[in-house]
This record gives sequence, structure tokens and C-alpha cells, in this order.
Amino acid sequence: MRNIFLVLKREYLVRVRKKSFIVMTLLTPLLIAAFYGIIIWAAVGSFNNERKTIQVIDESGLFKNKFKSDANTTFEFISGPIATAQKQLKDKEQNLLVFIPADIMERPKGVQIYAAKNIGPMQQNRIEKIVQQELRNIKLSKAGITQQVIEEANMNVDAQTFSLNDEGKTQSSSTIAAYVAGYAAAFLLYIFILIYGAGVMQGVMEEKSNRIIEVIISSVKPFHLMMGKILGVAAVGLTQFLLWGILTFGVTTATQTLFGFNRFTATQEVLNKQAEQADPELKKEMEKSQSNTLNTVNTFMESAQSLPLAQIFICFIFYFLGGYLLYSSLYAAIGASVENQQEAGQFTFPIMLPIIASIFFAQLSINQPDGSLAFWTSMIPFTSPVVMMARIPFGVPAWEIALSMVLLVMGFVGTTWLAARIYRIGILMYGKKVNYKELSKWIFYKG
Amino acid sequence: MPNILEVHDVVKQYASHRALDGVSLNVPKGSIFGLLGPNGAGKTSLIRIITQITAPDEGYVLLDGERLRPEHIQHIGYLPEERGLYKKMKVGEQLLYLAQLKGLSEREAMEKLKIWFKKFDIKTWWTKSIEDLSKGMQQKIQFVATVMHEPKLIILDEPFSGFDPINANLIKDEILELRDKGTTIIFSTHRMESVEELCDHIALIHKSQVILKGSKKEVKDQFKEHSYSVRYHGTLESLPADFEIISHKIDDEQVNKANIRLIGNASVNALVGNLISQVELISFHENIPSFNDIFIKAVGGEIPEEINSLQ
Repeated sequence: MRNIFLVLKREYLVRVRKKSFIVMTLLTPLLIAAFYGIIIWAAVGSFNNERKTIQVIDESGLFKNKFKSDANTTFEFISGPIATAQKQLKDKEQNLLVFIPADIMERPKGVQIYAAKNIGPMQQNRIEKIVQQELRNIKLSKAGITQQVIEEANMNVDAQTFSLNDEGKTQSSSTIAAYVAGYAAAFLLYIFILIYGAGVMQGVMEEKSNRIIEVIISSVKPFHLMMGKILGVAAVGLTQFLLWGILTFGVTTATQTLFGFNRFTATQEVLNKQAEQADPELKKEMEKSQSNTLNTVNTFMESAQSLPLAQIFICFIFYFLGGYLLYSSLYAAIGASVENQQEAGQFTFPIMLPIIASIFFAQLSINQPDGSLAFWTSMIPFTSPVVMMARIPFGVPAWEIALSMVLLVMGFVGTTWLAARIYRIGILMYGKKVNYKELSKWIFYKG
Repeated sequence: MPNILEVHDVVKQYASHRALDGVSLNVPKGSIFGLLGPNGAGKTSLIRIITQITAPDEGYVLLDGERLRPEHIQHIGYLPEERGLYKKMKVGEQLLYLAQLKGLSEREAMEKLKIWFKKFDIKTWWTKSIEDLSKGMQQKIQFVATVMHEPKLIILDEPFSGFDPINANLIKDEILELRDKGTTIIFSTHRMESVEELCDHIALIHKSQVILKGSKKEVKDQFKEHSYSVRYHGTLESLPADFEIISHKIDDEQVNKANIRLIGNASVNALVGNLISQVELISFHENIPSFNDIFIKAVGGEIPEEINSLQ
């Protein structure tokens, strides 16, 4: 035990002191903060785009006043012929030209959009929607439905979901928040297992290739050396995870108080003023859309708080350790058996396969958290850490989590035993190209 | 002299290759013991059993009269032939780590290391990274790592490879000093001149078996041909049938040189008597085989099959 601890300590200190660790640990939360910053900036910035002018040639005469100008688009009705309009369009890069034929009612596919450059899918979608809506309205009113009914029929549905807890009380839950939390946890776990598993393999290969192993192995049992290394790297992973948590929380809070929502609202006020000067109607529209966005954000934050955060956190630590131990011992065995990176490739592939598959299963399970695929893949130790993390925010019965954890522990005890058998032979084997047959023989070698 | 190490009938079988086949040998306490043999003979396999890296399939090993136990690791210092250090680690940290793995506390390790750093005059290296040291400097650090926990038994596998003559001499002196303090040293090498110089006992392993063992004198006696080298002036007419002239030549200074072998129970005095009656004797001494000769003779100069099957 003393030796495992000594190896663990060295492994931990060497890795934590590395520049790359410090840089990664400090930079990642900043990158996350920057990422959110860009999203907010982009959201705010979208009000601020260059104004586009969309010219409309309406031969049908049905769409007068139906295309409404707003903050960044101006609709301009012109009269043909289309050939002249097309020629003018070429000089103005920002502009679009929409042509609506006279027989649009009979031929709804006759709408044409021209641009000097490309047309974005958003723009195309918007124009199509307006035309579609108007055609529907016309057809509905021809069928005898009044304008008022049509307007009333345009309702926006946004369901609130509730899950019943054991006491029969309802708890507000948001599928979106669970979805985001599940996917984020699963993905983080997937990345951690891959990065730190490979880190263990690199460490073992380094010890073997610079022959320190020959010196160490006369003082430490191979199993102790392997476990010390694996646990040391796990401690590094946990440290990084905790630091990320603290730093991300700190940076996000700081950004929010310093710039976040204040600046967001400030920018909006400036925009609102500009809009007011241009068109009072426009301002109302904008305010409406802004309050919608804020409402969505608030609902999301509320429902995020309704998630079992403590459970997610504890399970994350457990499944990280379990999944990591399961895979890293196999990575250690590979590192011990090969002599260079190229050779390692052929053996790491079959190990990476279930890890990659598990993120794929996690995606499927998120859409159907109670399906049988979700159940079985969160029981099999090779995929359970990632898949289970994706499912937990949606609520998983306690017995399923318990069973999955027990199976995972059995799984990593099994792989560690297997890996140790290969490792003890592999680290002292040089100049021999190994294959699977050879590896399976090592498992049965005596002391 | 009691034995610090006894190896009894050790057998080690790898998949298709028997690395050790009933090996037995005794290493007397306080000796410098040469473990000799061609590549692939089984030396490293034997060392790995003594250092408990692997276990024997049959037979057993006694250290200081006790069957090998995990705690014995701290009484053994092993310098492997293929050796390395963590390149990015600082010299001091690395040695402290290795010392603690050998069972020393951090404070004990620090005290012992101070002595060695003073002795080798390498105090300024403490905070250097291994990768910033030359190969010879790294070898010194490795030697310190091997002996710093004051083991009873030190196993050195080709310790001089990679050393320049100055450092090799330094290490040689350290080995002798350790021996004088009562430490036993097992010395595995191909370099017969250092065996000649340092070892007082040897064992020769060939094709997984011990083919020759004993003290320096015993082994040499075994290979003596009872021949004598003679230098003289004058003409040697003839010698009785008890003596055979193996070779004869005249060197640049017109001195005769001859090698003469004694046959049967012929006495040396009789030979000398015969010689001085005929020629003017300049020098007379017994031909003692070198370890190099013994090695080649014992192994038969052939390349053992194991080398091919091993690599």
C-alpha cells in the first residue's frame, strides 16, 4: 500500500505541475465563458446587422402590406419587368429580389428569389413562410372563415412538463434542461475517459521506453506500480474537474455581475431607441421578442434548478472513477505491451470502439430515456458510465442506478485483474512484436 | 565464509524456452561475485528471480539464510543493464522517490543522499532535470540510486557500459569500498578484464546451466595446463620425456622464448634443474589462464542457440 501511495503521489505531482495541465485547467473555463460570450454577442449582434433591402415584384397583387419591414430588413414593392430589376440587383450586394407570379394561387411553387450572392436558408424560410401564411389565409377566408378566427387560431403552444415524485406531488421539470444536462455530463465523461485513459497509456509507454521500469520494478510489484499510476492520474482528473467547476462558476458569476445581463439590457435599450427613431411600430415588435427571449431564459434557469443536481454530481464522480478505472487499466496493459505509438494504435482501436459507441448510445437514450436500449446500455459496464450520465437528469429508478454501479465495479475489478496479468509480463518484454494471441498467453503465465 | 545468497536448483521455463535449468550457486558474504555467461545464457533471468521481479518455477533462493520474501527487496540494490530515469524529473526528487520505494523514510533518504552528493561532488545537480545531464552523469545518479539505501547485496549488470575511463574508475573504487564495508556485490559482465581485476568468486552460466563456479583460484587451477613460460640465452638441446616444448621462438633481442608443459607428475624443480644445466635462464613463470581464455574455452567459442531463439 505504501508503494501504491508513493507511485500515486509522484504521478500526481508530476502531472499537476506540468505546464499543459495548468494551461488547460485555467484556459478551459475561460474558453467556456468566451463561448457563452460569443453566443450572447451573436444574439445581441443579430439586431445590429446591416440592413437588407428585399425588393418584391408582386404580379398577383395579393401581398400588398403583407411583407412588413423590421429592424434589419426593408421590403420595397417595385413594378417589373423582372429583367430590369435583376440587372439593378447585381450592383447591390445586400439586396434580394422576390418574384411572385400572377398565378400564385394555382402554382404556389412559382415564387422565385434572386440575390447577387447566396441566399441564406433563414431568409428563404422567412419569405416562404410569409407567402405560405398569406395563401392559407386567403384560402381559409374563401372557405368562409373570418379574419378574426384565423388570427385567434394562430396560438403559440409551449408545454410545461411535470414529473410526479414519490409523494405524489408534482415537480416542474423541463425536458430541455434535462436534455442539456444529460448530454453535457455524458460528453464530459466521454472526454475525460478518453483523455485520461490515453494519459495512463502514454505514462506506461514512457516508463517502458526509457527503461526506468527496469529500475523501479525491482522495488515495486508491477500491480502496485500500475495501480499507483492509474489512481494518480484519476486524482489529476478529479482535481481538474473540481478546478473547472470552481473556476467556471467563478468566471460565470463574475461575467454576469460585471457585464452579463446589464450589458445585455443596455445594448437592447440602445437598440430600442434607435428603432424608435426609425419606426415606433418596430420598437413594439422588438420589445415583444425580447421579453419572449428573457422568459425562455428564466424558465430554463428555473427548470435547471429543479434537476437533481446533487445526484448528478455524485453520480458523475462515481461513473467517472468507475468508467475511468475500467478503461485506464486496459490502456495501461496496452502501454506495457507495445514499444511505440504506431504499435499501440492497433490495440487502442478495439478499446475506443465501445467508448465511442457509448456516446452514440447516450444520444439515442436521451431521446428515449426509459427505452430498453437505454436500460441495457446503462447496465453493460463498457457503456454504462456515459449512457447512465445521459439518463440521470431525466430521473432513473434507484435500483437501476444501484445495479448499474455494482456491475460497473465488477467490470473494473475484472478488467484490472486482466490488465495486471498482461502488464506484469509486458513491461519487461522488449524487441517482440505482440499480437492478440501472444497477449492472451501472457494472461496465463505464472508469476 | 557464510553465504549471503544461495540459489538451489532453480528452474525457470518460458513458453518455449527454458531460461534456467537447475541452477545452483552460492555467493559468499563480502565477496565480489562475477556472474558470467554469453548473451542469452540466463543471467538476467537469474537476476530477476533474485530481485523478485519473477518467481522460479522450481527451486528456491535464500538471502542471508532466509527464503526470499517481499521485505528483502530493501536489502538488495539492483542496477539493470538497460537502465533509465524519468527524464523530466529533477535529480533530487527522483532519488528521493526511488529511495522511498526501497523503504526509506523521506528524512532518512535525504540524509543518505546528502552524503553521496558530497562524495561525488554533485551538489549542484540536485535541482537539474535528468535530461539536462550527460549520459555519464546520469550513470552516476543511477549508481547512487542503486546503493543509497545501503543494501546487503548489490547486483550490477554491466555497470561500466557507457562510462568514460575516469568515471569507470570512480565506480570501481566505490565497489571496492563497499566490499570492504561488508557489502556483497554480484557483478554481471562480458568485460573479462574487469572480472580479472575485481571478482574473487565467479559462476559461468551457459545454455541455462552453471558450467563453472568457485573462487578465482579454484577456477583458474581447474583450467591450468601446467605449462611454464621460459626466457633464456643459449641453446636448449633436449629435455626428458616428462617435459614437452609446446612452442619456441626467438624475439627481436635474440632472447629465446619457450612454453613448456609438465607431463604426468613431473616436478617444477626438475624442469628448472634441467634448464639451468643447459641455458642461461632470464625468467621463468607459470602460465595462468586469463578469465578471457577460460570463458572462451568453457563456452567453446560457439554461439549458443538460445540467442537466436530469444531474439
